[in-house]
Amino acid sequence: MIYEAATEAVVLFLLFVGFTLGLSFWLGRKAQSSAGYFAAHGQIPWFVNGIAFAGDYLSAASFLGICGMIAFYGYDGFLYSIGFLAGWIVALFVVAEPMKRLGKFTFADALDAKFNNRGIKFAAGISTLVVSIFYLIPQMVGAGVLVQPLLGFDHWVGVLIVGAVVIMIVVTAGMVSTTWVQFLKGSLLVVFSAILTWMILERGFEVKSGGGDGHEFRRISVLRQDIDSPGPLAAMSGWDVLPRDGSWAETKHEFVRLKQADTGQVTAWLVEETNNAANVTLVEAQTRVAQNGQPDLVNGLEKGIKAGEPQLHPVGWVKSLPDGQQKTGPLSMPGFFRTMQQSEVVVWRNEKVKAADGSTTTVYYPKTTPGSEVLRPGEHPKFAGIRGEDIKGKLNFLSLMLALFCGTASLPHILIRYYTVKDESSARKSTIVGIASIGFFYVLTLYLGLGAMTSGAMDVTDSNMAAPLLAKSMNTWLFAAISAIAFTTVLGTVSGLILASAGAVTHDLLSSSFGWEMSDHEKVRVAKISSVIVGAIAIVLGILFEGINVGYLVGWAFSVAASANLPALVMILFWKRVTSQGVIAAILVGMVSSLGWILLSSDTFETVYGLPAQDAWTPFTQPGIVTIPLGFLTLIVVSLMTKGHQSVETA
Amino acid sequence: MESRNARLGLQLFCVYLLLYGGFVLLAAFSPATMETTPLAGINLAILYGFALIVGALVMALLYGALCQGESAASDSAAGQSANAEGASAASTQEDAQ
Repeated sequence: MIYEAATEAVVLFLLFVGFTLGLSFWLGRKAQSSAGYFAAHGQIPWFVNGIAFAGDYLSAASFLGICGMIAFYGYDGFLYSIGFLAGWIVALFVVAEPMKRLGKFTFADALDAKFNNRGIKFAAGISTLVVSIFYLIPQMVGAGVLVQPLLGFDHWVGVLIVGAVVIMIVVTAGMVSTTWVQFLKGSLLVVFSAILTWMILERGFEVKSGGGDGHEFRRISVLRQDIDSPGPLAAMSGWDVLPRDGSWAETKHEFVRLKQADTGQVTAWLVEETNNAANVTLVEAQTRVAQNGQPDLVNGLEKGIKAGEPQLHPVGWVKSLPDGQQKTGPLSMPGFFRTMQQSEVVVWRNEKVKAADGSTTTVYYPKTTPGSEVLRPGEHPKFAGIRGEDIKGKLNFLSLMLALFCGTASLPHILIRYYTVKDESSARKSTIVGIASIGFFYVLTLYLGLGAMTSGAMDVTDSNMAAPLLAKSMNTWLFAAISAIAFTTVLGTVSGLILASAGAVTHDLLSSSFGWEMSDHEKVRVAKISSVIVGAIAIVLGILFEGINVGYLVGWAFSVAASANLPALVMILFWKRVTSQGVIAAILVGMVSSLGWILLSSDTFETVYGLPAQDAWTPFTQPGIVTIPLGFLTLIVVSLMTKGHQSVETA
Repeated sequence: MESRNARLGLQLFCVYLLLYGGFVLLAAFSPATMETTPLAGINLAILYGFALIVGALVMALLYGALCQGESAASDSAAGQSANAEGASAASTQEDAQ
């Protein structure tokens, strides 16, 4: 879709971003030493740090990805909410206090506190870099998504703007301003999501037959024999049935293409069986044709670039409510789910058809779904495995949920936030504040997602757009506010990640592993240079990965973080016989195996390389259930093997 | 005090692990159970999911309360040393400026 920018929205947006940047510069003046740059002098109050946790953590993925997945597939997106929050339990109960006790600037400090070994610093530095870059991809994709409907720019422009602004923030500011900016955004995001949820409940549900632009989607009863032979359609004068040639004969769902005789416009229709084999129902679908070197076609017309010109219609509505109601009026929080459970909702799916001339048609078709199915786990294709008999699908699900559980406490940009408060008790308290605000937000995601699903404003081509479009369906100001907050949240998360990477490069790689002698000021300068480089890499990746659900991408980052970092982190805290070789081996094996698994999985084959999914080398896509235990096993085996060796060294 | 906190943390962690594990295994091996509506017309998937989120907060608050309650005496000492640390950090900040 193409979106037109509303002036007031742009003004509000720019004011907000400008204010954030100003604040960032103002605070940044204070942070010249490396203790100030990387850890804000350990002077951040615990409450502020707790909300800043929420600001860091409720990234583009939480807000855009989860809402989008719920809006398109229902309950499944909420599984991420549950897993993301559960991860905080690991952070609070197991990792928070020892991390604060052992470390100074980076996660590698804590791992290395016992050994003072260059190899550990090196391995931990590399893994920080890899995880941060992986986690940066969805943030950058999310940034492009936000700028598109608001300012009407292309995706890559959005990514470029975010990248440039973030590099500016990080280079001028460091951890003090990053923290305060995160605090601001964390609180605003939670407050505005609550307002949006309240508006969804006030609006209630209403039965519709089309989206927000007023287009009513048609259903036509025809005879099966009419659509099986090309030529004029008996039930609709002026419409011709096109022959089902080439790939159109092999689609998973049955489609028929109709051509309007007077205009030549070609539209696609889903063929629905009825109780009577002689009759079928044609359900109006939408198409988007990508042709080589020519403008895209939408629903048979050349895609427009301004308002009023041909676009795909916005979708998502309630088809029927319990007891034959037409409109519910305001709903209570439990009443919202109760009503949905007994309603029918129209959600949209798609199928791609490749033609012989090289053009690809994506057919978007409506699917009427009972509310009871929307609210159950297992509707998303990635989660559908739990309904099947095949154990691989179930393992894939378990693997993801394990990675989400273990991943939070292994994310470098979350771990460095423990060094911004003064002591262990503050680390604990700020984690509790973080859990409270993040948990509250995640409860809201289910309302926001389902509200978006029934808002009539969904863009069939991009699930990441669901939350901003939901706000737009309420009113323009709210849309501007939500977009500005989400955008600055992306800025904040990205700057946190870049800062974590810069810290890893400066302290762990250059200073500790390669033995560069640097003064305090040089350290800060090197960190700033590495920020620019990491930022540039993030911009490129953000442009490449457009269109993949950002929540899904984050799941991968969690898998890599959990596999590489968690075994070393946990075993150092709870097992006395860990050796430095064991730690190094565990980090490298965990990182390489989980990365390799993802790169060889069917998802990557399909979406990134464009190869058939069945050629993939791994049995399922989520690595966690194999690679996390593998990390632990490596650590234990290598530690036991090198035990004697090390005691000789220390003696 | 550190080991008391660590032990308490591990105990609470195990409780939550059981709750979370129960949810994940139920979803993976008996998705039909998740569709039943035991309370107020809302299905088990939503009830259990919300319970996990609320439960995390309750346990976090419990942990915070117990950690502080058990060591009132050592807490004030820790508070003093923390203040001292804070003062030294503040002075380095002035130095930097």
